[in-house]
Amino acid sequence: MSYRLPGNGKREALVSDVTFTVGAGETLVLLGRSGSGKTTTLKLINRLLEPTGGEVRLQGEATTTLEPHRLRRRIGYVIQEIGLFPHFTVAQNVGLVPRLEGWAPDRIAARVRELLTLVGLAPDDFAARSPRALSGGQRQRVGVARALAADPPLLLLDEPFGALDPITRVELQREFRALEGRLGKGMVFVTHDVREGLLLGTRLGLMHEGRLAFLGTPEEFRRSSDPQVKQFMEAA
Amino acid sequence: MNLLRFYGDHAREAFGLLGQHLVLVGASTLLAVAIGVPLGVLLTRRPAWRGPVLGLANVFQTIPSLALFGFLIPLPLLGGIGARTAIVALVVYALLPIVRNTYVGISGVDPAVREAGRGMGMTDRQLLTMVEIPLGLGVIFAGVRVATVVGVGTATIAAAIGAGGLGVYIFRGVSTVDDTLILAGALPAALLALIADGLLGWVERRLGRG
Repeated sequence: MSYRLPGNGKREALVSDVTFTVGAGETLVLLGRSGSGKTTTLKLINRLLEPTGGEVRLQGEATTTLEPHRLRRRIGYVIQEIGLFPHFTVAQNVGLVPRLEGWAPDRIAARVRELLTLVGLAPDDFAARSPRALSGGQRQRVGVARALAADPPLLLLDEPFGALDPITRVELQREFRALEGRLGKGMVFVTHDVREGLLLGTRLGLMHEGRLAFLGTPEEFRRSSDPQVKQFMEAA
Repeated sequence: MNLLRFYGDHAREAFGLLGQHLVLVGASTLLAVAIGVPLGVLLTRRPAWRGPVLGLANVFQTIPSLALFGFLIPLPLLGGIGARTAIVALVVYALLPIVRNTYVGISGVDPAVREAGRGMGMTDRQLLTMVEIPLGLGVIFAGVRVATVVGVGTATIAAAIGAGGLGVYIFRGVSTVDDTLILAGALPAALLALIADGLLGWVERRLGRG
């Protein structure tokens, strides 16, 4: 797929000819410097941006066959700034997509408890709290739980641990790694941290100037002779 | 003390004028909210309209109120003598703070929260009603408060075009050079403004905490 700014045929595309697939239980890490098109690629998947060329398919179906909001309810989305709703409780935040999808209240409540437990937050302690009363790490746990709420087959994560302090970050990375296998979801994980990428990815894609310069397993990434990849490996 | 005696002698009339005043301010503020809030929301969806709409509202704001009342008299439907014309003029004045604060309140919502909402699959309407308006409510309400307080003062001038209200005493007092009469209109108007400000300010703080 590719993406150009609307009405801007002459300027370089922000993303061009990026092709990859992500299977269930697989985490594709998109690495790259700022401005390399990682986040843009992510937003092209859930149609926060519309691809100007190419196609995105979710479980075999072109994403354009669904209305954007319907599509997005089937794709979990976690961003660095987390974006919890400050006027909702933790439970209301986590239960948002099920609520939008019209689940019965008791089913939502049960799902919220299950998810809070999954991300390591005791439901009795946290469900009724305001996001304001949480630490950064706890907030992002809620962010991940919220993205998983309606059991989407695909999860998009945009530098989810980027704003956390180093200790919390390592803690969350470790737990996330344990979670990946259990969930069996397809994930696209954007980061500029090579170590994080090598730890969490089943495959790594390196983006450079809007193109996918490298795509392969962590082992292939370590051994690659691609100059861009080498630069990144040296930085790690 | 003259004032107390005056109210004692003219209690019925004074309460009548106070009632008219409240109706003028209440009706015009409610109408301005009904027009201004949707307009402010629209500006957040059509950023190109922001300049012209806020500019126009600003221009209206600069027309001296007595002149605006005068301009409206000859207009069909909106104009004429009486409360209807006065309410139209008061709505025009109340629009700017309400439209502007609605726009500012909604634009001020954390972009990350908005992106999360859209990314989770909220429709534009759900984003507006579940996230943007609740989070912007404190600021929106501050606009309503300003509009109300300004409206209480401006409504005194409505008496000039026969709309009644506390301004009746003020105009009568000015033309007969009677301080007591002027005070009989001005003092309750000022108190009304203070009470409205305090009351709406309290509501605003509660909403702002949201």
